[in-house]
Amino acid sequence: MKYEMVVGLETHVELATATKIFCGCTTSFGGKPNTHCCPICTGQPGTLPLLNKKVVEYAVRAGLATHCEINRVSHMDRKNYVYPDLPKAYQISQFDEPVCKNGYVQLDSGKRIRILRIHIEEDAGKLVHEGGCTYIDYNRGGVPLIEIVSEPDISSPAEAKEYIEKLQLIMRFIGVSDCKMQEGSMRCDVNVSLRPFGQKEYGTRAEIKNMNSVSFIVKALEYEYERQSDLLDSGEKVTQDTLRYDESTGATVLMRRKEDAQDYRYFPEPDILTFTISPEQVALIQKTMPELPDEKKAKYLALGLSEKVVSDLYRYKKATDFYEEAMQRGASSGKAASYIVGTIYSTLATEEEKENFALRITAADFAELVSYVDKGLDFAVGKKALLTMLETGKKVTQVLSPAELNLSDEEDPQLVAYCKEVIAERAQAVADFKSGRETAIYSLYGALKGKAGKTVNIKLADKILRRLMAE
Amino acid sequence: MKDTVFTLASRLKEKKISSVELTKAYIHAIEKENSALNAYVSFNFEEALKQAEEADRMLAQGACSPLCGIPMTLKDNICAKGVPTTCASRILQDYKPVYDATAWSKLRALGAVMLGKTNMDEFAMGSTCETSCYGATKNPRDPAKVPGGSSGGGAAAVCANLAPYALGSDTGGSIRQPASFCGIVGLKPTYGAVSRYGLVAYGSSLDQIGPLTTSVRDAALVFDAIKGKDPFDDTSRAVDLSSTLLKEDVRGVKVGVIREYFDGLGEEISSAIGKTIAFLQENGAEIISLSLPEIKLALPVYYIIACAEASSNLGRYDGIRYGYRVENYTTLDDMISKVRSEGFGKEVKRRIMLGSYVLSSGYYDAYYKKARKLRSQLAADLNKAFRSCDVLIAPTTASTAFPLNNPTKSVTETYLTDIYTVPVNVAGLPAVSLPCGKDKSGMPIGLQFIGGKFEEGKILSVARFLEEHFDCGIEEYEGGVRL
Repeated sequence: MKYEMVVGLETHVELATATKIFCGCTTSFGGKPNTHCCPICTGQPGTLPLLNKKVVEYAVRAGLATHCEINRVSHMDRKNYVYPDLPKAYQISQFDEPVCKNGYVQLDSGKRIRILRIHIEEDAGKLVHEGGCTYIDYNRGGVPLIEIVSEPDISSPAEAKEYIEKLQLIMRFIGVSDCKMQEGSMRCDVNVSLRPFGQKEYGTRAEIKNMNSVSFIVKALEYEYERQSDLLDSGEKVTQDTLRYDESTGATVLMRRKEDAQDYRYFPEPDILTFTISPEQVALIQKTMPELPDEKKAKYLALGLSEKVVSDLYRYKKATDFYEEAMQRGASSGKAASYIVGTIYSTLATEEEKENFALRITAADFAELVSYVDKGLDFAVGKKALLTMLETGKKVTQVLSPAELNLSDEEDPQLVAYCKEVIAERAQAVADFKSGRETAIYSLYGALKGKAGKTVNIKLADKILRRLMAE
Repeated sequence: MKDTVFTLASRLKEKKISSVELTKAYIHAIEKENSALNAYVSFNFEEALKQAEEADRMLAQGACSPLCGIPMTLKDNICAKGVPTTCASRILQDYKPVYDATAWSKLRALGAVMLGKTNMDEFAMGSTCETSCYGATKNPRDPAKVPGGSSGGGAAAVCANLAPYALGSDTGGSIRQPASFCGIVGLKPTYGAVSRYGLVAYGSSLDQIGPLTTSVRDAALVFDAIKGKDPFDDTSRAVDLSSTLLKEDVRGVKVGVIREYFDGLGEEISSAIGKTIAFLQENGAEIISLSLPEIKLALPVYYIIACAEASSNLGRYDGIRYGYRVENYTTLDDMISKVRSEGFGKEVKRRIMLGSYVLSSGYYDAYYKKARKLRSQLAADLNKAFRSCDVLIAPTTASTAFPLNNPTKSVTETYLTDIYTVPVNVAGLPAVSLPCGKDKSGMPIGLQFIGGKFEEGKILSVARFLEEHFDCGIEEYEGGVRL
């Protein structure tokens, strides 16, 4: 590896506001073509845009979550270009005064990928090619976007992947976007160049447009690394091209050369007044910010959960909400986490289902179940009960009988008798335990379940066994 | 000057005539006399009669707006649902908006009756009404002359008694200049005073809708009805007209005269305005002489900014969704290129090219950016004048109406004729033009009162005083619907 890879990303994130950025049309995905549009978002002559304040608020949230400065004064600009999916022949975007600037996203290695700016803009419509004809669907036209522009701080496909996935998680956590790449609510333009290790100056970059999958971005970067290093090795120059990634061949394909680059003739949008975002407004938004993914992760690790459990748990916002509520209601952190990751997830087949975390039971129901396990209900019995609860929406007290849940601390003479029997029968285990092998007690539990049934109160039995063995 | 709207309103109120009868009278006159003038480009008679019937019902129920039941016209760049709105351009031929402009919907709610759409320079780019795809409108006072532009059709209609009032738009003088050429009153409101929603954009940071009327009082009435904050126009705001109205006379009113406005001005216009200044002084106004050399920069600033915005605003006309479309083309680019080549007139193309040029990378700083900087300086300087003056007085135009098809004027000479009107747009100020005399051939001479931002009341008060007490010698037009 002679060359260092230098990558910067421009990430477009579709905001989850209910209405479009400049009119009252719905932003919902799908819908019959041209049913989510109006004179304003189709750019009818004489119409004017009205800036949706929620869009600014969401951009501020995104900025705060990525450690950006929030510009007090901001304005919209026009980016002029002609394409049928853009009915005004200009996109209302931001050029020199974006809502946010100078932030960063921190990778797990501690490296920070700096964010140059986050600006707001409108999405374009969509062209549909069918039967030799091209149709235009303006439903998506005017859906609000933020564009998050990173500095060229990314040095490998793996870092690019981590950066995008972090952004995705952050945006989902703060509720500004679902960031579904396959539905186009998150898309990336990837700028990539190479330079010999140690060299300060950047090489000439190529830009790969409109990527909508993390794995394709990784593949495209790997491909570009090969392509550009071949060029450099053979003494040729990389040209400043705009490329697209061909998914079928796994290669990047030339779209246009630098000479054909468009002049967007940016200028301030006269139809929308300059707007200010006061420090008070920012403070107000800051107050409503939830814990961010990295903060959650650190918190869960500090609770003593395993890396594996934490990594499965922290990335789904709703799961973490559910988990934390259960803990607040008295569930123990370890068992609750194990049940969510091991049992509840098993009923949620897709990423989307995990994301939505739509369950038939409440966090209170879940907490009640876990506290029975904490009091001594067998873990496996609890798991089975939980699955039934998830399926039926019933509470644990409806799933298990009072007898099964009879977890009183009162020592049942029958239980004491079983314990004595077990100790008598398992001399080896008892000896092992007495010699200091703590885990030997588990075989006594097993034997006890054979006699007393699975619903035996293990916590109580443990106490009795230890006392008897100490006598 | 006659208060056409007020006079008709009192007749309607006294039941001497119904709105339907009045509307029919105008329709009859238009059918008879419009073809000679070409003031209207489309008629809305059937709908107008329905609106008149509705207005009569409203009047019977005691509707109190003097505008209820009064016919009027819209410039062809102001949207009315279902009514052709073409901006006098081939590219928007047959285009029917699916919504009403805010200014029109406000009037409509009061019971206004819309007779039709009036001619204009294509996309409001011009000062003669000759760039219209429907052909030029003629000045009713001399059919060999232009009515001015771009709101020339509306000015001609009001002048010729073919409409009691008209709504026009003013980006660089497009209401005031034709008002001046036709000898009527035209008000260009403060930028933001009237919603632009539904006004097909030319220069978005300069455009304003305003009334063309036969009197200042009528202009104030119409302005009061259409002004105000519109949730559909971010740049609009609430305006309280009555709070800036002055007393009935001009005693103690400070009238500023910017010296540079009179440099090189022709003798006839200079002396006509001189007489009105003297008259105001005799009546107790204080005349304050000011110098503002930078005002001449307003012209290049205006053309750079207006063209830049126009180049962007007009990008949407590509024949894909509405408007003119060609039959034979090879590719998408070919189609758009043909649509725009055939659909736009020469002047529009010129301004699109100028505008694209000044926004291009490499030229942006030298032109557009500099123009914006000068614009704010100029606006600040002009605003400063209102610390010492209540109103400014200035000529509206450098000449009276010029001949139709005037081949002697170059493009730049034509642009230069806007020199007196554009500073007001550049600074976003209100100004009202009214007749103050006539030239030796009897054509009207106009002057304008310019006010501070949102001080329409002041300029209308002074203009009203002048209109009532100073005889400008302009005779009433012989044709049309006579009161």
